[in-house]
Amino acid sequence: MSRPVVRVSDLTVRYGSVLAVDSISLNVDEGQILGVIGPNGAGKTALFRAILGLNPYRGHVELFGQRPEAHKHIRPFIGYVPQKMGFEFNMPMTVSDVVSVGLVNTKAAGRGAALIERGKFHRVSMAGERAGKSERVAKALEAVDLGHLTDRRIGSLSGGELQRAFIAMALVKDPLLMILDEPATSMDVRSRESFYSIIRKANRKHGITVVLSLHDLDPLREHTDSVVCMNRKLCFHGDTDKFFADASCVKMYTEAVLHDAHHQQQPYHVRM
Amino acid sequence: MRTTNNNPTTSGCDRSMVLEILEYGFIQRALLSGVVIASTCSFVGCFLVMRRLALFGDGIAHVAFGGIAAGLFMGTYPMGTAFAAAVLGSLGLQKLRASAKIPGEIAVAITLVSGLSAGVILTSMSGGFTVDLFSFLFGSIILVGTVDTIMILAVSAAVCVILAVLYRRFLFITFNEEMARLSGINTTALNYLFVALAAVTVVAAMRLTGILLITSLIVLPAITAARLNRSFRTTVIMSVIMSSSAVVGGIMLSYVLDWAPSGTIVFILVANLILVHVGYKVLHWRRPPVPQSRLAAPS
Repeated sequence: MSRPVVRVSDLTVRYGSVLAVDSISLNVDEGQILGVIGPNGAGKTALFRAILGLNPYRGHVELFGQRPEAHKHIRPFIGYVPQKMGFEFNMPMTVSDVVSVGLVNTKAAGRGAALIERGKFHRVSMAGERAGKSERVAKALEAVDLGHLTDRRIGSLSGGELQRAFIAMALVKDPLLMILDEPATSMDVRSRESFYSIIRKANRKHGITVVLSLHDLDPLREHTDSVVCMNRKLCFHGDTDKFFADASCVKMYTEAVLHDAHHQQQPYHVRM
Repeated sequence: MRTTNNNPTTSGCDRSMVLEILEYGFIQRALLSGVVIASTCSFVGCFLVMRRLALFGDGIAHVAFGGIAAGLFMGTYPMGTAFAAAVLGSLGLQKLRASAKIPGEIAVAITLVSGLSAGVILTSMSGGFTVDLFSFLFGSIILVGTVDTIMILAVSAAVCVILAVLYRRFLFITFNEEMARLSGINTTALNYLFVALAAVTVVAAMRLTGILLITSLIVLPAITAARLNRSFRTTVIMSVIMSSSAVVGGIMLSYVLDWAPSGTIVFILVANLILVHVGYKVLHWRRPPVPQSRLAAPS
């Protein structure tokens, strides 16, 4: 039986007086790919940041059965790729340098491993348990099809290549959970296909649980196992098939997005 | 501080002249402490520049000026009060950045004017500027004594060892602080440690270039080397080589030409930066492609 990697109950996030996430409860089971959809400003990023402990929140969050604040050692087991990674564009770092910094803090990862072991969560090393640092970096870059750009300066990559480099940075530490915030936004159609196949492979071959936010319904249908539809409040949480089988859910999301596009100033609230 | 040139033949810097220069004890001390502290500054500078804190050195040097003024006012060893003021100022600067979410350059500006105003008040209370205070403003590496040399060597060794041990953590924080925090790195503690290390480096280097030119040793080698390298490690190595060479060249040249050593060192670093940037542009210049319409047009 699969166990929940992420357990969120009654989570509320506020940015000052703005309510970003309103009493959301959800579970993400081990080995799943969960797609989170919602119009702009629906609170997807706020939800992710709260789960990761980067934003203050009210409610209860558990990662691998542990409170993230109480056990900071489990953080190295989470790969996070934000919507936009801020870094100094002129920074003299090669692609492999950037990926290898993902391996920093291995001591904490060792302590976290003991916690994970107790929870009996499944972990598969991409390059093998005994692989050296350079081997792990090479494997991670290979997994995202960036093996040919190892020595390129990070600032010289295109948007899609950058996103893949950051995914490699998350993959290199053999995470158990990856949280990707609108990862395919800056990619063209070909890069998107390649990206989803990378995510699928990481999930199927290495058992990594994936949570990703997206806007398009086609990749949601093709590549995810379950769906969370939200607009500050939770609108739907269940299997992807059920989401698409229920025409009212898809219609509700499409209307919310269309409404959002035409009335940016007046946020639309989906009613359950 | 200008030096007296005893050698009338300033046209040629031949081997015997170099050997003659190296025989002087003050030159040996100047070269040793200069090379060591310049290397440390450029090591720290690579991180500071990439964190968009290029003017950190300037801000902390002005706080240290307040510390020196306080030391002279109280009649104690001014470097001791300068170190204390610089470390406190750097921790305050980091607190401003972290808690009040004030951008780095504004936090530096606030720290700079606070330290400078304290220094000006204390200086006026103690009867105005003295020779000692001027030597800290413009640098006086030729007057570096044995105690100063030991202090510079000790500070540099401590800073370089800590930076080398925590190199990958500092690099990760410099690249993206939030991702580093998410990896379980204690970014808050390491940020405070880093600014404190940078502050003591700045105070130690004040003897070399003075308060007014300290930024040059932090910024110029780092940005020049970053232009030529793809990896951070080689950038650090090249910036250390560049700053050390500039110190050796600057001290020798200042002796021969009877120029101020600090100004000469900075002048060499600026010339190096310009040469590298122009050379890079020339080497990477590509002839713009001829438009297709012109190629297709009949002759």
